[in-house]
Amino acid sequence: MILETLQRVLENNGLITAFMFVGALVWVSYLISDKLTRGKVHGSAIAITLGLVLAWYGGVATGGSRGLSDFPLLAGVGLMGGAMFRDFAIVATAFGADVRALKSAGLMGAFSIVIGVALSFVIGVVVAFAFGYTDAIDLTTIGAGAATYIVGPVTGTALGAGSDVIALSVAAGLTKSVLVMIGTPFVAGRIGLDNPHSALIYGGLMGTTSGVAGGLAATDPKLVPYGAMTATFYTGMGCLLAPSVLYLMVRGIF
Amino acid sequence: MVIYGVALLSFCMLVGVLVGDLLGQVMQVEANVGGVGIAMLLLLLLSNLGGRDAALSPITERGLGFWSAMYIPIVVAMAARQNVAEALSGGWMAIVAGVAAVAASFAMIPVLAHFGRESRDDS
Repeated sequence: MILETLQRVLENNGLITAFMFVGALVWVSYLISDKLTRGKVHGSAIAITLGLVLAWYGGVATGGSRGLSDFPLLAGVGLMGGAMFRDFAIVATAFGADVRALKSAGLMGAFSIVIGVALSFVIGVVVAFAFGYTDAIDLTTIGAGAATYIVGPVTGTALGAGSDVIALSVAAGLTKSVLVMIGTPFVAGRIGLDNPHSALIYGGLMGTTSGVAGGLAATDPKLVPYGAMTATFYTGMGCLLAPSVLYLMVRGIF
Repeated sequence: MVIYGVALLSFCMLVGVLVGDLLGQVMQVEANVGGVGIAMLLLLLLSNLGGRDAALSPITERGLGFWSAMYIPIVVAMAARQNVAEALSGGWMAIVAGVAAVAASFAMIPVLAHFGRESRDDS
């Protein structure tokens, strides 16, 4: 009876359960960071990685598409980590951002978005070609997926690609997003990601809002507004370029 | 009051998302174009408006500061709801495409950052 009541209380107060759960997860992560890595790996990097591992487990265990939040008990995690709260918190980080840094790197940031979309797209197309795809629509859809997991299906649907290819493009985009979250803190030092200027360029090149949000949180939260600022234009730019200019280029070659 | 800060933040986000959605419709793409970025610029603009006289009171700022501080926990929740299982089940091609795109983009950052700084020094 106690267990049933507890379960009902936790499920009925999903968002509050999520606050408690995430709080515990963050606490464990900082403990691991402190004791096992002596602070070398940042606590938030561990928390995000643990989150992804749990999301993988949730997906495998429930067969759903929303990771850990497909467990009814943790449905609130889906709300807390959904686009609404994510974007709200990202906007909040802008408060106190350095306006001069944004202005001075503005043009370079815009430039990096175009380069970022084109670069990921070309690499996606090349990889798809190497794996035996030769149809221009298939190649374009997978290339678009390598940009973000939203650009892929939008482009594939616009061009009339098969659902199997669209699913592949989503998988490519998801892989990119997950890797950006985990990988950023490890390469940040080597690629000079330690100032607003390079963070703006990083956001424009990576483009995945979730990836950039997670990657910068694990590296240096102070850089979040700069990276998020450019990343937020990337998906729109990708949806604009991939089914049009980039598709025509692919069709011209293949 | 704390709610003034939260309301200001909400106003900025809603205006940004609205403008981003309209931009997407004008550009005929099925996506929000820069909504969050526009919201951030609007917040910077409004919170710096009027200089010292109209500056936000410290309590109003706490309404903004709370959500800014909630950023990392929210990102952790975001990580926990990603479709990781599907990313890994897409097969080697999807994984190779994702990994290669990330590696190339990382490698490009120092190049663009360097280029950007040089052109600024010249001007």
